[in-house]
Amino acid sequence: MLKYIVKKLFIMVITLWIIITLTFVLMVSVPGSPFNSETNSNEIVQENLEKHYNLDKPYHIQYLLYLKSIITLDFGPSIKQPNQTVNDLLGRGFPISFELGIVTIIVAVISGIILGILAALRHNGIIDYLAMGIAVLGISIPNFILATLLIQKLAVDWEIFPVATWSSPLHMVLPVLALATGPMAIIARLTRSTMLEVLTQDYIKMARAKGLTPWKIIVKHALRNALMPVITIMGTLLAGILTGSFVIEQIFAIPGMGKYFVESINHRDYPVIMGTTVFYSAFLIIMLFLVDIAYGLLDPRMKVNKKEGE
Amino acid sequence: MKSNQNPQQLQNKVPDEWFTWRGKNRHEQELVSRPSLSYWKDAWRRLRKNFLAMSGLIFLILLVLMAIFGPIFSPYDVNTTDYPNQYQPPSSEHWFGTDSHGRDVFTRTWYGARISLFVGFMAALIDVTIGIIWGGFSGYKGGRTDNIMMRIIEILYGLPYLLVVILLLVVLGPSLSTIIIALTVTGWVGMARIVRGQVMQIKNYEYVLASKSFGTKTPRIIRRNLLPNTMGPIIVQMTLTVPSAIFAEAFLSFIGLGIQAPYASWGVMANDSLGAILSGNWWTLFFPAFFISFTMFAFNVLGDGLQDALDPKLRK
Repeated sequence: MLKYIVKKLFIMVITLWIIITLTFVLMVSVPGSPFNSETNSNEIVQENLEKHYNLDKPYHIQYLLYLKSIITLDFGPSIKQPNQTVNDLLGRGFPISFELGIVTIIVAVISGIILGILAALRHNGIIDYLAMGIAVLGISIPNFILATLLIQKLAVDWEIFPVATWSSPLHMVLPVLALATGPMAIIARLTRSTMLEVLTQDYIKMARAKGLTPWKIIVKHALRNALMPVITIMGTLLAGILTGSFVIEQIFAIPGMGKYFVESINHRDYPVIMGTTVFYSAFLIIMLFLVDIAYGLLDPRMKVNKKEGE
Repeated sequence: MKSNQNPQQLQNKVPDEWFTWRGKNRHEQELVSRPSLSYWKDAWRRLRKNFLAMSGLIFLILLVLMAIFGPIFSPYDVNTTDYPNQYQPPSSEHWFGTDSHGRDVFTRTWYGARISLFVGFMAALIDVTIGIIWGGFSGYKGGRTDNIMMRIIEILYGLPYLLVVILLLVVLGPSLSTIIIALTVTGWVGMARIVRGQVMQIKNYEYVLASKSFGTKTPRIIRRNLLPNTMGPIIVQMTLTVPSAIFAEAFLSFIGLGIQAPYASWGVMANDSLGAILSGNWWTLFFPAFFISFTMFAFNVLGDGLQDALDPKLRK
């Protein structure tokens, strides 16, 4: 197990290093200086600015400084918003995005698993077709279209939920719904197919023969095994929810990190783009690592393999 | 106790003349009565029975046809603006209505289909090409080469896909070719993993061993034995890559990194009309949104159907 963790840790560090280096190379290769002549016509001002941001140093020194600042979690200044650093933006936006993400994940996982189990228990029944119909629709409709539909119907036409800003739990309903439907659909399909497989196994028959209640069989014996594949795709789902939140926050005017990120892309505010990308990538890569570890700890087969190997 | 008699003894007692052939004659009985099914024929036969998958396939064929020939049916140009006629609802003149610049949505939808489908298919094609070469080589070679190649894949797989795409597009600038490049830079990894897994499994089968013992050269083994047998999962994976590339392109238009004017993909059209829907001009969003969703839906059900049809183990 330790060997497995060390191996995963090593790969995580390399992946982090690659994304940091990639951002640096791309940032350097962006045409022109970030301080264009339109704002600072004075050459001395420009030189001083470049000195201040270490842009006058050779690339390898710049690279090392960049690495150092990333490691110390300093993502640099914003160029287009004066007196703002990327850290300021992250500090303001990330908690909101995090909240949105966490609620979305919880909603998606719980509803997805329930939908999947119901479909598997009523295999080829009406509930199965209904659940899988919802799932296929959920995968097919992009979240931004779903978001617009939800706003149009539930907020504008029927006035059930408020939209825009992030002030009360009621405001969370529509964005979470728009963001959670896709992952929910994926989880539901996955849970269904693995549940169907698990339910034919001998140990389920055994549990039935012992006279356990259906509830106990599902929760204690079937679900535990059916959930393993769901854990493996958690990393991908997280990435999807995170990038999805860029669009959702934009549409619902939620002042989260995604909104700042899209704004920085539109304004070509390179340090913010790069800083946020590195931050989010690091966040996702570490999450992926944790998912891998969790999988290793939870999956009994990992232990068996290890014993065989010894 | 007669039933316990040895059948051999029984046969000796009964002369052959007592028996006649009933039904078909001896020769006919040995004939193969049904046409022999190749793998692809069998898959097609099973796919045809899957109603959802077939509707998906037919929708996609119609869509491709309309993307090619659709604009011919329309008297309007894609980009010619017509401000007096902006926001016309769907009518016999403008089948899908007009947008904020008075452009015909019907015409633009099919031009958008060209862009979106082109991005989707090109991304899938490049993914498959790199994936087959990388995965095939890695899986067939095995050992140390495989180990190194797989570590590289594992690292690339860890990179957040859309974030890398965004990063590349910010620097390269969004255009049709750079979007396709950005989508495939790390996109081929999934395909390579699948191909490798398949090749690893198949290369140990007896027929490959037989082929080797006849002295077949490696390239021929890969071409004749390995690739055809990995085609099933590859095609299934392709039906997932195309819609995800179309979705990624639509997502990019939303954050301002999509195809730039004068071209318009479905994503760009949907993004442009997000504001319009609130003022009641639903058709400007509806048609691109409908086609994005339905294309994704069609690919998804077709992929599901193909997965079942191309898996010989699920044969009934």
